[in-house]
Amino acid sequence: MLSVTTTAGLWLAVVLSGLYHGINPGMGWPLAVSSAMMERRETALFRALGALAIGHFAAMLVILVPFSLMTALVTYERPIRIGGGLLVAGLGVYLLITRRHPRFLSRIPPSQLALWSFLVAIVHGAALMLVPIYLGLCAAEDLDSGHRAAQDLMARNATLLGAVALTHTAAMIVSGGTLAYAVHRWLGLSFLRKTWFDLEAVWATSLVIVGGLGIASAL
Amino acid sequence: MNLRPDPTFYPSAKDAAAGPVETLAFTLLLSPDGSKPDGLAVVDVDPTSADFGKIVSTLFMPYKGDEFHHFGWNACSSALSPLTGHAFLERRYLIIPGIRSSRIYVIDVKDPRDPKIHKIIEPEEVFAKTGYSRPHTIHCGPEGIYVSTLGGGGVDGTDGPPGIFILDCESFEILGRYEMDRGAQDKHYDFWWNLPRDYMISSEWGLPPQFENGIVAEDLLSNKYGHSIHFWDLRGRKVVQTIDLGANHQMALEIRPAHDPAKQHGFCGVVVDTSNLQGAIFTWWQKDDGTFEAKKTITIDPQPADADDLPDLLKGFGATPPLVTDIDLSLDDRHLYVACWGTGEMHQYDVSDPMNPKLSGKVDIGGIVKKTAHPNGKAFGYGPQMVEISRDSKRVYWTNSLYSTWDDQFYPGERGAAMVLAHVGEDGGLTLDENFWVEFPEGYRSHQIRLEGGDCSTDSFCYPNV
Repeated sequence: MLSVTTTAGLWLAVVLSGLYHGINPGMGWPLAVSSAMMERRETALFRALGALAIGHFAAMLVILVPFSLMTALVTYERPIRIGGGLLVAGLGVYLLITRRHPRFLSRIPPSQLALWSFLVAIVHGAALMLVPIYLGLCAAEDLDSGHRAAQDLMARNATLLGAVALTHTAAMIVSGGTLAYAVHRWLGLSFLRKTWFDLEAVWATSLVIVGGLGIASAL
Repeated sequence: MNLRPDPTFYPSAKDAAAGPVETLAFTLLLSPDGSKPDGLAVVDVDPTSADFGKIVSTLFMPYKGDEFHHFGWNACSSALSPLTGHAFLERRYLIIPGIRSSRIYVIDVKDPRDPKIHKIIEPEEVFAKTGYSRPHTIHCGPEGIYVSTLGGGGVDGTDGPPGIFILDCESFEILGRYEMDRGAQDKHYDFWWNLPRDYMISSEWGLPPQFENGIVAEDLLSNKYGHSIHFWDLRGRKVVQTIDLGANHQMALEIRPAHDPAKQHGFCGVVVDTSNLQGAIFTWWQKDDGTFEAKKTITIDPQPADADDLPDLLKGFGATPPLVTDIDLSLDDRHLYVACWGTGEMHQYDVSDPMNPKLSGKVDIGGIVKKTAHPNGKAFGYGPQMVEISRDSKRVYWTNSLYSTWDDQFYPGERGAAMVLAHVGEDGGLTLDENFWVEFPEGYRSHQIRLEGGDCSTDSFCYPNV
């Protein structure tokens, strides 16, 4: 059943989802522009991007680690992947229906960008979006190498987790950072007004699709 | 909801100044004795229109006795910060509180020439959910719509201090009180903030028994009205510093931070200094260590007057106090407008150097003693009061009523509603437009003005001017 989701395709998904998260203003790149402008220093832009990256990365870890641990339960591989897919798709459906924002996010001061980035990635499902992709990768690797001892498997999956989270975050910061830098340097703030689209429905739909694909590939 | 940010939201004040000019203004109508319902008038301010200076539409409320005063939008440029999570709100509803009734109207102005009532929040709900009464200033910010109140609980609004509560910016449900630690704050009037720097400033008028039935002269002369400004950790919801401007500086009212959030200063108007009857403006600023300081940077002298020309309240003083009742800062942070409601003058100060303001323009109109007529020859009752500035900083509008019971004390008798327009010169200066004169419905007074698409006392910006 894994023929549809090759390893290469999944890695591409890790990178693409990172680029996608990065360009979404809701994930924070305008805050990096604001920091640089407020402090009148370009270094502030990079510092803010760093904080956003740390928060995003930490969110990946928090969400992916429990799934990584569960992959040790080899016999339950399929239910875990289906469960992960259902969770992601379920959040997508929930976001599609409610269209609400958790209010506690607006209480985080602008000085705590890493915390904000972490919580935004958690509540909007940015981190969760990686679960089916990550589980798919774990399964795909298994096909290549055959079944291994649980301990080996866990060690390998932990490495894989680090690689997925790092690659995704790097892609996110490259796309968001490029935009932030370009807006700060050349495009100006009017770019923000002209290009900010309401991606909420698209975002929620992409969660449903990723979750659905995760379930389909596990069946 | 829009799929793009509302076109009237701007990242910076500079961007807003470059936006399209206003063609309509919204002005509150107040029935001073409560014999008729209060209302909202839509005024045509497009000089190329045949209806220039005319009321093109009015909406009257279903209740009487609300006493409309200040109002605001459901959403503004503050939505353009990713931190708020509400980039796609529409600037569509005017939130109009009644400061006497504590009722709040949400008016849909999607079609600005045909305003409609969208929702009414009844006073009982405000009391039950917040313990506050007499809602006043509206600002849209990080957690929704912030509403300041002038009264606490109980019939006379003195059961507990007044404060701020938050309305959901989509459903207009009351979410609850804002404050977690109010420190020394026990009175309330205006508030505003610097969003990226995450602080808020609030001011003090007096408690309801000190204003509802008119100004209480004994309280004023014994300095019992508000004279402090409070600085808050905005998202932490706590007072971090209180600055007492001095007990003689009675009624610290309007708070006007610089619109460019990179700037660290703002202004606060004081109605009257009881030691010499002067009006005063304080400049406040945030220091590098994060604490705040305030300094008096403008004083306006009282004008000697014959007791016969003065209302009973002022006869003993032999002078007209300027009574600084409203101030407003242009979007380019260059000019501060100061309404001297007692003497009948609108002052324009160049505040390019905020610590050193210079009088750059002045218009005489109305006034307790001078009663200066409009250049078109018509009498302007009362004095210049609520002032609003166009986004491009070129046009200044104002009305003439302060507050029903106070109007009657300082200006006995019915003097009529007015709304005028003045043009700002290239290098400052202020000239009244002879052709702009609004005729209001009989028996009404005029209060705050809001301009279509935002103005200089509604929008908060999240990004600095480049």
